[in-house]
Amino acid sequence: LSRIGDELYLEPTESGLSLRAVNSSRSAFAAFLFAPLFFQLYEPGSAGPDTELFRCKVHMKSFLGVFRSLPSLEKSVGKCLMLLKPRASRLVLQLHCKHGVTKTHNLAFQECERLQAVFDTQRCASRLCAPARLLAEAVVHFPPTLAEVTLGTGTGGKISLRNYVEDEAEPSKTMVTELWLAEDEFQSVAVAPGSHITFCLKEFRGLLSFAEASNLPLTIHFDEPGRPVIFTLDDTVLEVHLVLATLSDLESSSQSPSTNGVSHLPAPSDDFADDLESYMAAMETSEGRSEGPPSPTFPLRTPQPAKEEEEEEEEGAVPGTPPHKKFRSLFFGSVMTPGRPGPATTQEVLAEDSDGE
Amino acid sequence: MRFRAKIVDLACLNHFSRIINTIAKLAKTCILRLTVCKLYFILSDKVANGGASMWCELSQGNFFDEFQMEGVAAEHNEIYLEFVPENVWRALKTAQSAKAVKIKLTNKHCPCLRVAVELPSLSSSSRVVTHDIPVGVIPRRMWNDFREPSVPDFDVSIYLPVLKTMKSVVERMKNLSNFIVIEANLSGEMNLKIETDLVSVTTHFKDLGNPLWASEDGCQSSAQGRDLESMAGACIDIKKLQQLLAGQQVNPTKALCNIVHKRIIHFILLHEEVSLQYFIPAIA
Repeated sequence: LSRIGDELYLEPTESGLSLRAVNSSRSAFAAFLFAPLFFQLYEPGSAGPDTELFRCKVHMKSFLGVFRSLPSLEKSVGKCLMLLKPRASRLVLQLHCKHGVTKTHNLAFQECERLQAVFDTQRCASRLCAPARLLAEAVVHFPPTLAEVTLGTGTGGKISLRNYVEDEAEPSKTMVTELWLAEDEFQSVAVAPGSHITFCLKEFRGLLSFAEASNLPLTIHFDEPGRPVIFTLDDTVLEVHLVLATLSDLESSSQSPSTNGVSHLPAPSDDFADDLESYMAAMETSEGRSEGPPSPTFPLRTPQPAKEEEEEEEEGAVPGTPPHKKFRSLFFGSVMTPGRPGPATTQEVLAEDSDGE
Repeated sequence: MRFRAKIVDLACLNHFSRIINTIAKLAKTCILRLTVCKLYFILSDKVANGGASMWCELSQGNFFDEFQMEGVAAEHNEIYLEFVPENVWRALKTAQSAKAVKIKLTNKHCPCLRVAVELPSLSSSSRVVTHDIPVGVIPRRMWNDFREPSVPDFDVSIYLPVLKTMKSVVERMKNLSNFIVIEANLSGEMNLKIETDLVSVTTHFKDLGNPLWASEDGCQSSAQGRDLESMAGACIDIKKLQQLLAGQQVNPTKALCNIVHKRIIHFILLHEEVSLQYFIPAIA
């Protein structure tokens, strides 16, 4: 959750404790729902006819600081008590440790509205389910700093992952990595052929390491480009949702179809030009050029993006959150019931970036 | 102009990856020269590189199970490509358990080296990862810029100390100064010196041994008649030296340097299957 946002939202519900986070550009949302059975004792409090169950948000760093070193926690802590004290404005985290030591942390919290992204896995045309390890092995081929990746379905039932190349980047200078996975490596595949979505890798990696650690299979629900992609993990006592905005096709298809705008990602084939005779002929005949080859010097990686994106880098953020101008925000509304929204056409209404350029 | 190669043996793949890693540490971009028998990694001494230059050659037969190359023309059966070695390193880094790695020169939208890694998988078909690495094709008229450098007329030639030791000394010195003086004599003694306003540090090595060079016309080099104790040295950019030493992951069979007093230091690192020469010019 800390990979997504700086604030941790705690929402106790009748069906369990929900921990949620959202990123600053509202393009990533995650919710972990721990069922009452997960806890030794679970009392969500009582909701009257006029009042809802209490919810709040705390600073992610403060919360994480309490659980700083997992290995030593496992050795020394017997029990952990979480207590919301609304009147004292404190969230109490109490660690009962060995040798009679009790550590009590009082975190300040802020009251908040319910944080709920609008999404519906039932309305997604495509679904993939895979062991976390498969996806972790797939993602390892992409550089750690890669921002966005495109997931697509190709011919022969193959699933592909390719690094997304920004429109501003020159195709002749950027390395493109593509990975193909066979259908039978997945636990289940139910996808619309020729579909593809582009999403941000940073938040996904966070969920992936959690899934790997808990050895749970990951399900990916996706639809058309622009509609959010939903990653879910399911367990008897835990339900996890990660919702990411995806790149809308409008922006990408205006560029050359050779990169990620294609709707048909071809399966790997050997039959493209590997004979550069014609290329050489063209080069040799163009005399009088002082530089020889088209691009004598290469930047080390993807070239520095245009000025608009320099703001992101100045914030000190790893280039993981998607460019503000490209990804539409997820729709966050005040939803009456937790979880699934009604069948209304809320999916159509995606909140536009107010600071689009 | 075509190029296709394949590596199947994991040990060869790892070795090749390590070489690419070493090259990537020395040069952001460099030239790959392909001939029928050999691969060369070349960095010419342009100002952009800080004047340092590199020549690394290896026999393709020691690494590739298949190697097919057709140069630009029959009488010039070679290919010169400009590329970013770090990209190739990234592609090979995750191929540690690969069944096979194929490298091919292609021209889909622009000239690229396509590295295709076939990985084992639990399913019936293998997993394939392809990396398209853009390259620049160097036209024939520029090939002269990348000729093999000749061994300079050196004053002293000496074997280097154990590289691990030398590396840790240089790394600590790097914190104190931007420049380092390497000096040595024909009695097997070498000093690494740094000097700043506040401090000067010298590390002395001895009993290193001086290689014997047979020169072409039978007579000895300018080192003949030289006083055995007299030191020849040059002041060089310490970062370049540190990059060279840091890039050596495996101890070379032979490691030596030729010093042209106050001009240039020529490092030669020989492994069984690959040789690396690196020239660092003296700071004026």
